[in-house]
Amino acid sequence: MQMSMLASNLQAARTQMAFTLGFHIILASLGVALPALMLIANYRGLRRNDADALKLAQRWSKAVAVTFAVGAVTGTVLSFEFGLLWPAFTGRFGAVFGLLFAIEGVFFFLEAIFIAIYIFGWKHLRPWTHFWTGVPVVVSGLGGAFSVVAVNSWMNQPQGFAPANGDVTSVKPLEVIFNPAVPYEVPHMILAAYLVTGFLVASIYAVGMLRGRRDRIHRLGLLIPLTVACIATPVQFAVGDSAARAIAKNQPIKFAAMECVQTTSTDVTEYLGGRCTSSGVKGGIGIPGLDSFLVGWSTSTQVIGLDSVPPDDRPPANTMLHLAFDAMVGICSVLILLALWLGIGWWRKKDFPQSRWFLRATAVSGVAAVVALECGWIVTEVGRQPWIVYNVMHTSDAVTQADGIWITFAAVLALYLALGATLIITLRAMSRRWREADEEEVDVPYGPETAPPADLATGASG
Amino acid sequence: MTSANAVAVVLWIGATMYAVFGGADFGAGLWSLLAGRNDRGRRPRELIDWAVGPVWEANHVWLIFAVVVLWTGFPSAFEAVFSTLFIPLSLAALGIVLRGSGFAFHHVARRARGRALAEMIFGLSSVLTPFFMGTVVGAVAGGRVPVGNAAGDPVTSWLNPLSLMIGALFVATGAYLSAVFLVSDARRAGARDLERYFVTRALASAVVTGAFAAACLVVLHNDARYVFDGLTHEGLPLVILSLVCGSGVLLLLHRGARRGARLLAVGAVAAVIWGWGVAQHPYLLPQTLTIADAAAPSSTLTGVLVVFGVAVLLVLPALGLLFVLVQRNLVEETAQPTPQAPSDAANATGLAN
Repeated sequence: MQMSMLASNLQAARTQMAFTLGFHIILASLGVALPALMLIANYRGLRRNDADALKLAQRWSKAVAVTFAVGAVTGTVLSFEFGLLWPAFTGRFGAVFGLLFAIEGVFFFLEAIFIAIYIFGWKHLRPWTHFWTGVPVVVSGLGGAFSVVAVNSWMNQPQGFAPANGDVTSVKPLEVIFNPAVPYEVPHMILAAYLVTGFLVASIYAVGMLRGRRDRIHRLGLLIPLTVACIATPVQFAVGDSAARAIAKNQPIKFAAMECVQTTSTDVTEYLGGRCTSSGVKGGIGIPGLDSFLVGWSTSTQVIGLDSVPPDDRPPANTMLHLAFDAMVGICSVLILLALWLGIGWWRKKDFPQSRWFLRATAVSGVAAVVALECGWIVTEVGRQPWIVYNVMHTSDAVTQADGIWITFAAVLALYLALGATLIITLRAMSRRWREADEEEVDVPYGPETAPPADLATGASG
Repeated sequence: MTSANAVAVVLWIGATMYAVFGGADFGAGLWSLLAGRNDRGRRPRELIDWAVGPVWEANHVWLIFAVVVLWTGFPSAFEAVFSTLFIPLSLAALGIVLRGSGFAFHHVARRARGRALAEMIFGLSSVLTPFFMGTVVGAVAGGRVPVGNAAGDPVTSWLNPLSLMIGALFVATGAYLSAVFLVSDARRAGARDLERYFVTRALASAVVTGAFAAACLVVLHNDARYVFDGLTHEGLPLVILSLVCGSGVLLLLHRGARRGARLLAVGAVAAVIWGWGVAQHPYLLPQTLTIADAAAPSSTLTGVLVVFGVAVLLVLPALGLLFVLVQRNLVEETAQPTPQAPSDAANATGLAN
């Protein structure tokens, strides 16, 4: 009875954590990268006296405001979940990884303050002053991403604390912060944020253009984010590739699960797709020797298999893990082709390709990038199981003994679905309002106010 | 001072900032709710939107700050509180989600129905969140949170007279702070009618808050003797300071003084929070877990203090800049409420009475 309750608690807690993190990671990515797009447009607008670019910057800043506010809320929920779902984990290791969150807190604070100044400062601050108040938002977004992802890296490559068992009595903060997984996990996530945001924003404008809105705002609104994303994508591929190799070395069981390698051997076949079974991959496309080659540049490289640890220490849901990994790599590869298409078009005609197929591809790229992001997160998180702190603490030992997680999960599910729907509806309503405004040609950023509140000003000072 | 005590001070600073600024925001939500759905409530709500908008986000980072300092500096206390008090903290988190989203959306929701719904959610959750936070504090002060993973009673730990009383006190305190702040904001907007409107409410909520605080003392006397004794001995100067500040606010508001009310109101609330801290020192969880026993290894404590120092150097000037820009009306989103529209004059005088 006690055991089954615990098992179900663990399942509920993991489901809730996966869902809330999977939701937050999209908003967090937007929070990191959307301010950068906004500032690029702002910079272009000021430098080239480009009213359309300024208009885009102002609109994106409103989208930043809404997504940041919702992201702050879902982030607060996550900080509560450290205690509500995983009290034994935080109780034992809070002193170890907590500092990174304290650092993140400082960045988050700066981000919140300067976002407020930037968003609410369009009307009254001088143009370049206003631009510069946006720069700390981008910088602190990067810093915050570093801090949070470094915690996840530490969970995958824990170090800098002693003793290994029982209560932690000594901590070496620098070893915790700069743990071995940071060099690949942090850039991988930051690039993912820029890639996802870029493709997502570009896809919205691509849809608009497919519907016949081919004005300059739409062209610029497609080009700026798409360029950022297309630069990030090939870099991401290289970073991801080196991350996979590092995982093969540092977390061989996670890697074995990603690639469905059952037994330790050399000349291991790389499988694309397929189901993972204890007797090997069923139904995938096999390329002999490639897995070994990718790990060590030679088919004679040994790849460690799942059978090197007891079944209880292997990640669950092996097939899902494997397919998520393949989907992530596959989507990134296809997005590189889109980047090439843009690059060639730009090189030949100094413009993005005008064909409807290019617009269609761009329109799909946003959703595809989000799918890749979620797949990557599944690989990282499910691949670390059954450990919450790799090879140190089992997830089952971390979970709360409190009852009622299925209830909170149901509430969270309903609430977040409503939240997501409202966010999308709101953003769509905003964009519809902007289109209507375009037709009337009002509301120019930094321009004279449309309705001078002269009566207010005299009233206020009097 | 030991570094564990220093980190406890940092924790208390975070809690104070959240109680003051977050509390005032919650109070604004309550006033927004009480202003009524009809046309009469429109002007107070406009003022609330205008005043809270730019600072809302920053005010709520203090909560995350306090939570992170708690789990980094005193992990075992964090584990105990968040597992035993799973229910009220889940409900507080629910309130935070609803409130934050209500706020995020109600500016942009154009259609009246969507806007009304968002404002309703914003207002209701503004009451729920501080209330459940208060029950959590009551559970801690009452010594009902034992060390361990969900070792305490999941229900009676927070569903008891002391917790409920402190929950009510939290709601009232937020309303009080917020009303005092909004008096200044109304003055800044040049809206005399709204100034009178919130002076009335500030005075009323001051009396209610004082009464709740006195009731809390009575319950503490019966239920949490350790904290009560602390408040009436080591913490007594702070309790008296709070009384003096609170009375000062009443006097200033009554006289219509232009300065000082806000500062004194903050002082009244902060003094109580620090009085509570002094009262339960050296315990973090009264009579079960001391600050020293809960403290993280020394390098972590040093790290927290260093990060806090950096935060003071970086965040405080930035925060100051934001507040100055707001006070000078250089950052604003929604339109400033009009000084007093002629058509509203009749309504407004009606409201002020």
